[in-house]
Amino acid sequence: MISPIIKVQNLSIGYGDNVIMNKLCFEIKRGDIFIIMGGSGCGKSTLLRTLIGLLPALSGRILINGIDIMSNNAKQKEFLATQCGVLYQSGALFSSMNLFENISLPLEQYTSYSPEKIREIVKFKLALVGLAGFEHFYPSEISGGMRKRAGLARALALDPEIVFFDEPSAGLDPVSSKHLDDLILEINKILGTTIIVVTHELSSLFNIGKDSIFLDSSIKTLSAKGNPKDLLKNPPNNRVLSFLTRGVSDEERS
Amino acid sequence: MSVDIDGQDIVLSGDLTKKFSIPIAIESLRKRKYLIVKNGGISNWNQESVVTLYSWLSQLSASTNLQMKGLPDEMSCLLRLALEKPQKNIQSNLPKEGLLERWGTKGIVLAHSIKLGVGFFVKMIGAWEQQITGKSVYRKKDFWLSLEDCGPKAVMIVSLISFMVGLILAFVGALQLKTFGAQVYVASLVTIGMVRIMGAVMTGIIMAGRTGSSYAATIGTMQVNEELDALRTMGISRVDFLGLPRTNALLLSMPILVLISDFMGILGGCFVCVFLWEIPLSEYVRYCTMSFSLANFLVGIFHGLVFGLVIALCGCYFGMTCGRNAESVGKATTNAVVYSIVWMIVMTGIITLICEGLGI
Ligand SMILES: Nc1ncnc2c1ncn2[C@@H]1O[C@H](COP(=O)(O)OP(=O)(O)OP(=O)(O)O)[C@@H](O)[C@H]1O
Ligand SMILES: [Mg+2]
Repeated sequence: MISPIIKVQNLSIGYGDNVIMNKLCFEIKRGDIFIIMGGSGCGKSTLLRTLIGLLPALSGRILINGIDIMSNNAKQKEFLATQCGVLYQSGALFSSMNLFENISLPLEQYTSYSPEKIREIVKFKLALVGLAGFEHFYPSEISGGMRKRAGLARALALDPEIVFFDEPSAGLDPVSSKHLDDLILEINKILGTTIIVVTHELSSLFNIGKDSIFLDSSIKTLSAKGNPKDLLKNPPNNRVLSFLTRGVSDEERS
Repeated sequence: MSVDIDGQDIVLSGDLTKKFSIPIAIESLRKRKYLIVKNGGISNWNQESVVTLYSWLSQLSASTNLQMKGLPDEMSCLLRLALEKPQKNIQSNLPKEGLLERWGTKGIVLAHSIKLGVGFFVKMIGAWEQQITGKSVYRKKDFWLSLEDCGPKAVMIVSLISFMVGLILAFVGALQLKTFGAQVYVASLVTIGMVRIMGAVMTGIIMAGRTGSSYAATIGTMQVNEELDALRTMGISRVDFLGLPRTNALLLSMPILVLISDFMGILGGCFVCVFLWEIPLSEYVRYCTMSFSLANFLVGIFHGLVFGLVIALCGCYFGMTCGRNAESVGKATTNAVVYSIVWMIVMTGIITLICEGLGI
């Protein structure tokens, strides 16, 4: 049994007085592709922001590698900064820097590689995501899909153990989004990276997900966990079923 | 057209496109378990009439079971769609408050914002410390870009405005002094005025509008783009990375700009005196050098430094605390300029008091 890399205990999330989800308990296994799914506005992005420490939890604990992320532990901070990559919904590349500078920034900050070595690493990471030769382009000069891939290259710059994705397929055409899914699968397989994805794209969720949780806004907590394919076979409740079948089963019943 | 209440039913009839009102108070209907909306011969309707009906029915839909009978197909579809999810009673976050309370809250907000501002200044000092010990992530390129923007590129506008201010000071001053036949003292007036304070103030206001606003807008847009989040998850301090190069650039360029402004102001005064009031150039220069004092000059430069710090801090602070939409970027920019100017005035007061105390 592999020890879980992230443990969430009795977590409540929200903004100020506005509690969006509570009593969240789940574990994420090392090397998994973990999906956070749920309807629009149910709090997926909020959960993600809480997990990466951008938003304080209202109560409860989040343990990454056994240490609370809210604790002021210097080692944990370093771990979060170097071993957790985040791909933001819009890519969040620094618009005043070209792709090379964007990706080399974390490398310059956290490694003692020579500039020559950094150049090689950046070129390699860009090639990994299919953007070889785009080092000198600025984020505004490339397409949305390319921006996402460049963001992924930056998230992977330090070979992190965990990568978080916020809606990887949002705003991408079906082919590019399939491409990104394949890339996620390959990175997970080859590098053994734990990947946490927020999505409501059914095709990609079945394609890449090994484990998942379903956030239910009507009861304000998670109402299902497990492999998405298994959840489709044995749905624990109707809302999960209707989500996973795009509401088709609802219509059949009525 | 008409809306009638008939037992459990609401009967709609006639031309609904005309203005109509609902003849009964909602309160009396709220108690009913269910209500049927019926077609009593609707001759004409449009979206607008549906909107009127919706705004009325939606107040009932939470407590009452609404049904539609015999309404035109599209109309009942639209209504059903709109009424499907009962409206939640969303309460505004802003409680109503009395005058005293409002001013009280304003006071608390003010105190709070001063605290935040000072906190930010302390962070900036920490960033300088880190820079000196060489621990911070400091992009030299950012510094040079900012320096170019608030240095060479600002010289033209600062020169122009200062020249005009010198011109005006000399013109207005001379008009008054002429009555005493003391026109030549206009040179002293312009020199002391520009060097001691006007140069710094004009430069400060120009730079607040030009550079402070641009800092706030740039950093605010980074917030909207999630770039600030990305920095945070990378464990890179925003103050180090974004604030420091900009503040340093402004601190470096302000004294030079003030110097240029002083010079251009005196030149402007000279222009008026020589060409309008026909004071000989040599006389103007003599009175200028006579009234010029190093202490005044240094006080002016010091003002410039302080203003530079105020502008950079306001610009970066409001950028970093910006919200996540386009409107808040605009607000951040406005705030940056307004607060820069307010704080520049406050600082001028403080510096003047200190100078009084020291007898400068
Ligand atoms: N900054 C904020 N302040 C207050 N409330 C917020 C804020 N951001 C989001 N919310 C609220 O939190 C709830 C969940 O939002 P969230 O963005 O997490 O949804 P989501 O599951 O990511 O939805 P989607 O799939 O549409 O992106 C929403 O009801 C929203 O109103
Ligand atoms: Mg979201």
